[in-house]
Amino acid sequence: MALAIAAEFHSKRWDAALTQSTDDARGFAPRRADGEGRLCDLVEAVAGGRDRAAFAELFGHFAPRLKAFVMRSGTNPAVAEELAQETMVAVWRKAATFDRRRAQASTWVFTIIRNKRIDLIRRETRARPDAEDLYETDHVKPDGEDSYLAGQQQQLLSDGIATLPAEQADMIRMAFYMDMRHSEIAEATKIPLGTVKSRIRLALGRLRDLVEEPEV
Amino acid sequence: MSGHIPPEEILLGYAVGALDAAPALAVETHLALRPGTWARIEMLEAVGGAMLDGIEPAPLSSDALDRALAGIERPVAAENPPAPPPAVDAETAALVPAPLRSLVGPSIHALPWRRCGRGIEEAKLGMRGQGGNARLLRIQPGVRVPRHTHRGTELTLVLGGAYRDGGQHFAVGDMQYADAGDDHAPQADPGEPCLCLIVLEAPIRLTGPFGRFLNPIVRF
Repeated sequence: MALAIAAEFHSKRWDAALTQSTDDARGFAPRRADGEGRLCDLVEAVAGGRDRAAFAELFGHFAPRLKAFVMRSGTNPAVAEELAQETMVAVWRKAATFDRRRAQASTWVFTIIRNKRIDLIRRETRARPDAEDLYETDHVKPDGEDSYLAGQQQQLLSDGIATLPAEQADMIRMAFYMDMRHSEIAEATKIPLGTVKSRIRLALGRLRDLVEEPEV
Repeated sequence: MSGHIPPEEILLGYAVGALDAAPALAVETHLALRPGTWARIEMLEAVGGAMLDGIEPAPLSSDALDRALAGIERPVAAENPPAPPPAVDAETAALVPAPLRSLVGPSIHALPWRRCGRGIEEAKLGMRGQGGNARLLRIQPGVRVPRHTHRGTELTLVLGGAYRDGGQHFAVGDMQYADAGDDHAPQADPGEPCLCLIVLEAPIRLTGPFGRFLNPIVRF
């Protein structure tokens, strides 16, 4: 079964990469300025009050995005929806670990689905203990400091992504949505590896400049 | 000066979950020694969050919310309590950061050390077929590793002592990244032995979340 999925995945992956790489304007919409605060409130309502209405609203926002996010890597819609479901159930269960001073709700949900994908792979390869243990941000990140990305800085990032030049945005999209390494992006797009690397470096450098305090 | 941190591509791979287990372990070990690098990863995770938020949503099946609401009612399967950290001897505790301990075991001395040159020993840590293999390399003070190149990428993380390579200096927590074709001959500093974690990435690597199901078959 896994092999059949893998074979299908491979044939679709490059097609998806190639068609989407020409899709510059669509596929990314910067967030609304007020949206993120609302999402944080909802996660806190789930954590504090086990609030099912808040969960349903979070589901309405995130589940279709999570499904789309997983589908971008060539995964079929049914499997993608299943992973979105699992991720949302994890949002319910882990809500108490959410801390808006350290990460925005979207970032927190992004790390949950990332860990789900890693677990899925590692269950098959029996690589090592669950990603949940090792990647779990709450376990390994040093405590006690507010993330420098808290608050409106993520808004800056979101706006920054929306204004990246198309050629850089393509690369970022492939790296994040499709979980592709630089060499894989180069292979898929027939763009030289050095160019891929420099575009990604430029794009991430621009984004970092938006949110980082200048080093003293 | 923040020292030598993993290159952007490795940090990005870690943040999006695209790194295989062996290089991810090297990143985690680096983070244990240099928590400052978390700021880089948090920034990349925040880009991931913004990308997730900005994606065009895909329609869900009509019963999706009902299934999720049923899912949250289901009792959580009893989880095994987390394994207690393995008891290690004092030298192992001093040299081996927590993420590496389960691979190293109770004592660094009990590993299958193998001499591979004058003043150089290595101990394999396994992880073959997981996107690379991991080993410890112990270089006696002042000893130079014979000039070599690589077929794949090589991540070197300093756990003890220090070394010099091509005019650069690498101390505890520093990570050196070498690509296929880079050739070098690092030399341990005088004074104390240099202990490094080395992860050589597999020359053949299948891609993507489901492609990587095939990795155990295509061994190297």
